Amino acid sequence: MGTKIKNISMKIASRIKNFRITRSVFAYPYVLFLMMFVIMPLVILLINAFIVNEKFSFENFANFFNDGSSVDTLMFSLLIGIITTVLCILLGYPVAYILSKWSSGRLIVLLFILPMWVNFLIRTLSTRFMFEAIGIKLGVGTLIFGLVYNYIPFMILPLHTTLSNIDKSFSEAASDLGANPINTFFKITFPLSIPGILSGITMVFIPTISTFAISQFLGGTSSHLFGDSINTKFEHQLYGVGSVMSIIMLIFVLISNYFMQKTNKGEAARNLW
Amino acid sequence: MEQGKMATDKIIELKNLCKSYDEKPVVKNVTLSIKKGEFVTLLGPSGCGKTTTLRMIAGFEKPTSGSVHISGNDMTQSPPYARNVNTVFQNYALFPHLNVFNNIAFGLKFKCINDGTFFTDKNGVKYANLRKFTKTEITNKVKNALKMVDLEEYEKRNVSSLSGGQKQRVAIARSLVNEPDVLLLDEPLGALDLKMRKDMQLELMNMHKKLGITFVYVTHDQEEALTMSDTIVVMKDGVIQQIGTPQKVYDEPANAFVADFIGESNIFSGTMIADFKVEFCDHLFECVDKGFKFNEPIDVIIRPEDVKICNPDEDITQLTAVVSSCVFKGDHFQITVIINGGEDYEMLIHDNIECKVNATVGLCIKPFDLHIMHKARIINEIKTEMWDFNIVEISGGKFPCNCDLPSGTKVLVSIDFDDVVIHDDEDQGIIGGEVINTIYKGNYYQCVIRTDDYYDFFVDTEDDWLKGDRVGISVNPDKIVIKKIEDTQNGD
Repeated sequence: MGTKIKNISMKIASRIKNFRITRSVFAYPYVLFLMMFVIMPLVILLINAFIVNEKFSFENFANFFNDGSSVDTLMFSLLIGIITTVLCILLGYPVAYILSKWSSGRLIVLLFILPMWVNFLIRTLSTRFMFEAIGIKLGVGTLIFGLVYNYIPFMILPLHTTLSNIDKSFSEAASDLGANPINTFFKITFPLSIPGILSGITMVFIPTISTFAISQFLGGTSSHLFGDSINTKFEHQLYGVGSVMSIIMLIFVLISNYFMQKTNKGEAARNLW
Repeated sequence: MEQGKMATDKIIELKNLCKSYDEKPVVKNVTLSIKKGEFVTLLGPSGCGKTTTLRMIAGFEKPTSGSVHISGNDMTQSPPYARNVNTVFQNYALFPHLNVFNNIAFGLKFKCINDGTFFTDKNGVKYANLRKFTKTEITNKVKNALKMVDLEEYEKRNVSSLSGGQKQRVAIARSLVNEPDVLLLDEPLGALDLKMRKDMQLELMNMHKKLGITFVYVTHDQEEALTMSDTIVVMKDGVIQQIGTPQKVYDEPANAFVADFIGESNIFSGTMIADFKVEFCDHLFECVDKGFKFNEPIDVIIRPEDVKICNPDEDITQLTAVVSSCVFKGDHFQITVIINGGEDYEMLIHDNIECKVNATVGLCIKPFDLHIMHKARIINEIKTEMWDFNIVEISGGKFPCNCDLPSGTKVLVSIDFDDVVIHDDEDQGIIGGEVINTIYKGNYYQCVIRTDDYYDFFVDTEDDWLKGDRVGISVNPDKIVIKKIEDTQNGD
């Protein structure tokens, strides 16, 4: 053990001696950042989740799955995420489509992003006060409104980029071959815009299932999301269960990412913005 | 389908077709009729309006004025999907999310055909009952189309995995499977390599012969046009220059532009001394043209292969020249000679005799092979106003001149072609302009410089100016001839 440490320290010493500014040197600050704020927390999360009383155990997992309300919250979060995503597509697609036809569309898209420059807490709080002022009770409805309002720009942007990058000659060719505008849309434009829809979904669904501030402000007392329960668990210093829930959330994010990638064949990354 | 439409053999008629983008005209007053079964090529340099004309026939562009008739019906306002024409796009525009089979079947799925029964409404008008193609019909048609373009094994393939030539074939099959009245092809072979292009040319010609469909073909490649077409329509700056068979366009070009654009040619400035007598290169020649004005300046066009090289001592020798280069081109020698006269004139000759450089040869040209054309213009004439004493305004620039007419006087300015000076640097000239065209005329170049307000200056220069370049223009004050335009309408 002692020789090993000595070896390592010698290695480091020689490294420092031979230090030269190469291109990779500029990546070190970020690598350090990554270690401290991404890798370390994940390790801590794993330790919290699996080590109970200094022993490896699945006790926290068992606790989570035995507690019916936690699983319910998870299902509720997924449902809210799906509803929000569908609404974002239904509202965002027509906007993105119309804007892609306009030459000044780029500018108007900017107007859609403009609210994003206001801090989202301020926005969400204002929305809440607005609802209270007009006397609408906070609940699932207002929660979904808040989520759609916050995340719809992330749907419109990739959609607009994908739609305006579709070569005009495809719809011309379709029209030339006898397809009327409706057929042209459903047979050509829509299928070709699927990469945009997929990257929109990735950018709306995943943040939605993990959000907690919006539901705290706009969800009222009844609708708690999974993010909220994790928050509560940590606030009550239940680190074990909280970590387990975080890991479960992470697994869901990874699963949805995997499916997006698979259906998308890597086209979304190119068309994202 | 055949019987009803035989009444008119003109399948496409364009009447006074004009198209402008942002006030800038691209197609000017094009009138053209295309016969059923014809192979028509729209030929011209890029930006001449040929593609825009094609797109107006297809329905992608609405004309600013004028009309498009297809099979005798006015289709000017009809959308593309209502026209029985199909287009093969320059970039193929194959749908990337569909495989080869579905790309070709795309149009068939929207087609409605008569199912053989009829329906008579209350007023006694008989309608055909329509139905869509069945799956097996579509499969058979697509298979036939694939067979026609030699891609039988490819129906399940993804279009992105095809080579350029194969994509081209799929694009053609996709259009032809719909059995259109007219097939429009927009530079379809532009992206293929030379060998492939030659093969596809032959295949397209065979398809045209076999199917009897009217082809309208757009290209800037004169050789392609000459090889494939029944009729060539030469366009320049949105205006039709000449319509004719390949032979006619080649042998009897309508003007110097057509002659220069199609095939190689020698263009000389000359003078008609009398009927059947023309002078150029400081020599007198007999020709077959008459009806020109006495001493009218004209352009003479001679195809390189129409000049015969002979022994200088022979009787048929009309003039002598010195060989300056001789290059073997496979089936002929390309010989450049300098004709000795008062000045030196360069002439390009295609002959199958090898000549030694610096040898003196005799040249013989048959009167029939001298093509004589009116000049587009003999002098630059601009109607304008005096800016001040000794300064005249031309195209927004202030040109110094020798003229003491007061400011505001309406004048006619004349400047000879060789008095206009072109500057490489736009700022050195009084005004700037773009080189639109240059034609070599034996011992000088004739350039057309278009100013920013669309006046075309004709300039004779020693140098070859690159087409599309920005240049400056100035004129020696002594060479500007100014004539006052007498105001006949109001006396002040």
